[in-house]
Amino acid sequence: MALLTIQDLTLGYDNRILAEHVSFSVHEGDYLCIVGENGSGKSTLMRTMLGLQPPMAGQILFGEGLKSSHIGYLPQQTPVQRDFPASVREIVLSGCQGRCGLRPFYTAEEKALARRNMERMGVLPLQDRCYRELSGGQQQRVLLARALCATGKILLLDEPVSGLDPQATAEMYAVLKSLHREGVTLIMISHDIAAALPYATHILHMGARAFFGTREEYLDSAVGRRFTQREVEL
Amino acid sequence: MIQTLLQYLQYPFVRYALIVGVLIALCSSLLGVTLVLKRFSFIGDGLSHVAFGAMTIATVLGISNEMLLVLPITVLSAVLLLSAGQRAAVKGDAAIAMVSVGALAFGYLLMNIFSTSSNLSGDVCSTLFGSTSILTLTVREVVLSIVLSVLVVAAFLLFYHKIFAVTFDETFAQATGTNARLYNLIIAVIIAVIIVLAMNLVGSLLISALVIFPALSAMRVHKTFLSVTICSAVLSVACALAGMLISILGGTPVGSTIVAVDALAFGIFTLIGRIKGGISHA
Ligand SMILES: Nc1ncnc2c1ncn2[C@@H]1O[C@H](COP(=O)(O)OP(=O)(O)O)[C@@H](O)[C@H]1O
Ligand SMILES: [Mg+2]
Repeated sequence: MALLTIQDLTLGYDNRILAEHVSFSVHEGDYLCIVGENGSGKSTLMRTMLGLQPPMAGQILFGEGLKSSHIGYLPQQTPVQRDFPASVREIVLSGCQGRCGLRPFYTAEEKALARRNMERMGVLPLQDRCYRELSGGQQQRVLLARALCATGKILLLDEPVSGLDPQATAEMYAVLKSLHREGVTLIMISHDIAAALPYATHILHMGARAFFGTREEYLDSAVGRRFTQREVEL
Repeated sequence: MIQTLLQYLQYPFVRYALIVGVLIALCSSLLGVTLVLKRFSFIGDGLSHVAFGAMTIATVLGISNEMLLVLPITVLSAVLLLSAGQRAAVKGDAAIAMVSVGALAFGYLLMNIFSTSSNLSGDVCSTLFGSTSILTLTVREVVLSIVLSVLVVAAFLLFYHKIFAVTFDETFAQATGTNARLYNLIIAVIIAVIIVLAMNLVGSLLISALVIFPALSAMRVHKTFLSVTICSAVLSVACALAGMLISILGGTPVGSTIVAVDALAFGIFTLIGRIKGGISHA
């Protein structure tokens, strides 16, 4: 059984439908890349998968013991965070909050987990630094460490490289690649398909003519050829 | 000067005022950071006007312990305003503006029609700016204030990490299994209690200043959530004490003196922040 199965999902807000008949499944170890035009509903799909908003129709099924709250999430950055007074450690630790329930403090294990994930993302030396003083790439790695505290299994990433300079972008892709090698399942939204394509195992193309398949199938498909060709021409 | 001060301290009402003032200052500073960063400050503003409206109703009805009416109304409004902000029927801040201005007008109207007092504008003024109410607290009000303050501080300590998570990134918290709606609600209720408490000290128009100034000052200098929280609590208490002492000695209005001291502290902290920033950038 798959980790996540999306069945005939309809996405949208109020009366406006963004996408219909979205179906795909994600298995352990997949690296799914979601692409498509701006406004095609990629972020909406992710928010729906996270249970932040109800689907207009269709189902999201969790398998293999995965619970909806055990999904790590890297949101598109909000302006609030930009000037938030918080240390790296405080932020990474807050990734454990979902497991706390009503318990008002973090356990020693949770603190150790936060420390391990900071080490994994290479931000342990920054743990007492203020988040808002870090570079864009460092900030994203802090948020990744936080997401890893919520789960070791599956991460949803909404445009993790937007706003990063080329070097930080390359580093981010390398970090994600190593996480994928360690067995973390990744679902990533990207508008830079050319850069994301080499890493992905599967592609979901949102839009009027939706597509889901492996990377190879995508490269062979009409929609994939058009999209990648255009990237090459640009 | 010390002599005069000691002499004043012999009066129980002065001691009550100092105790309650310090507690209120402590409570009001705790959620300042959350209020500023969650763009909740306008809710605080709206609620303080609601509290004013409720206060006038209590006065008109002749209820002796006004807090018993003002507190439930303000808490209820906080809950309603928050859920209005989440459903988008009326846009959140428009709803708040409506409620806040409406309550202000309604309150003034009520006072005008029903007030038997000969000094109407004086009454309105003291509800808005809290000119003397802190010095006229009854023992019952003092006890109620102490109980509410203890509850606020306890709730804050209990929910500290959750408040952090929800303030820093509500979406992430919600997605990973934290009940963000519940904690938003708790935050709103705590804010409402703080506002009702603080009305005694500074009056309903100046409450926002009491809540927000210490947090903004602390954020100029400190970089972590914990240190900002502690610093703004200490700063708020210090400013309130200084403000009250100055006003007792100088005969100035309590609320505006405290806010003036808070503003002065903000200026100093901004300066310190600049200097520190300058050094670390060099
Ligand atoms: N909360 C919302 N309410 C109503 N419409 C929204 C909301 N969020 C996004 N939209 C609309 O949905 C469309 C798709 O948004 P989004 O899922 O963010 O697209 P993408 O991430 O693919 O660029 C956009 O046209 C946007 O205006
Ligand atoms: Mg998007």
